[in-house]
Amino acid sequence: MDFGKLFQLVVAASLINNFVFTRFLGLCIFFGVSKKMETAVGMSVTFTAVMVISSALSWVVFKYLMVPLDITFLKIIVFIGIIAAFVQSADTIMKKVSPALYYKLGIYLALITTNCIILAVPLINSGEGYSFLESMAFGVGSGLGFALALVIMASIREKLELADIPAPFRGLPISFIVAGLIALAFTGFSGLITL
Amino acid sequence: MAHTDKSNWELIKNGMFSENTIFRMAISLCPSIAVTNSLKNGFFMGVSVIFVQTMVNLTVSLIRNFINPKIRIPIFMMVIAGYVSLIDMSMAAFARPVYKQIGLYIQLIVAFASIFARAEVFAVKNKIIPSVADGLGMGIGFFLAMIVISFFRELLGKGALWGLPIVSGNPLLIMVLPAGGFFAVGLLMGFFNWVDIRLAERKAAAAETAPSVETTG
Repeated sequence: MDFGKLFQLVVAASLINNFVFTRFLGLCIFFGVSKKMETAVGMSVTFTAVMVISSALSWVVFKYLMVPLDITFLKIIVFIGIIAAFVQSADTIMKKVSPALYYKLGIYLALITTNCIILAVPLINSGEGYSFLESMAFGVGSGLGFALALVIMASIREKLELADIPAPFRGLPISFIVAGLIALAFTGFSGLITL
Repeated sequence: MAHTDKSNWELIKNGMFSENTIFRMAISLCPSIAVTNSLKNGFFMGVSVIFVQTMVNLTVSLIRNFINPKIRIPIFMMVIAGYVSLIDMSMAAFARPVYKQIGLYIQLIVAFASIFARAEVFAVKNKIIPSVADGLGMGIGFFLAMIVISFFRELLGKGALWGLPIVSGNPLLIMVLPAGGFFAVGLLMGFFNWVDIRLAERKAAAAETAPSVETTG
């Protein structure tokens, strides 16, 4: 097993091809929950967990069900079905098993289905033909990258609340411009590793 | 069951302007930045969304009496995913070069909050014609936003429109870079807010003068 390749995948997915800043996915959630540090951290944790599990699940289904049956053209429908079903069951199980955790992270679970990254990762995994461990590594990397983006953004937006911003730019517009500046910084990572 | 009492034209206008997906509701933002680096990509994305949104609203409205509320989310997802697969495959067949660039984002229309939201808030409660009008309006609103953003980005970033060179000289490369997308959307959003604030001020000023006329009269 080539662990170097896996490590490269994690770094590449989290920094160089950061989903938020270079592929622009998951922006709705990114701008939605980055107002406060606490919600940003909660979202990051839930998201990374769901990301890893759903990329593993969809890899298994893709490899052992869809390829043999020759129905790969249905991958969009199948993947979104897997994710929706998994999120729904995680929601129900968590409510029963650990109400305290559910109280903390439950609201983020419901939001996750509308996050494009969660669907993009299985689609990219199957498109690139990653192996099982590589898919997991890609999932971990994308989860970490999203978490990093959320935490950076939340810490800036908490300070931004106190800043004197021209009225039309208050709220979302200034957040977009801040995100643009961070994206500019992230272009510095390109060329860190060539896969 | 809140049926709408707005006319179809009002519904279309509502989606285009007052509830514009990108600039007003700020949902479905991913493609607004990802595919707007050229006018052509923005155009194809916009057209796909108009199609998916209208057809999803039509279908959901047709089957609204048979949907069990408890499993409505998976049902909506399947309807949306079906139409997205349709447009994904037709685009892969007929518009190969564009598809190579924006294919992933076409597939991700499935995860659009706006399409899901219209099915959930509107189509499931309303008759077929108003639902189609609502879907059309929302789709066109999204389309317009994509056109505006990609127009500025391609013009400033490459000095071209639809791949044809228009302005010679050194373009602002940053506008076609990822960061430029965020800047463009942020600035445009700020501009529309500014227009809104000015309009509200004018309306408030008009409202202030109106009652005073009444009292003196």
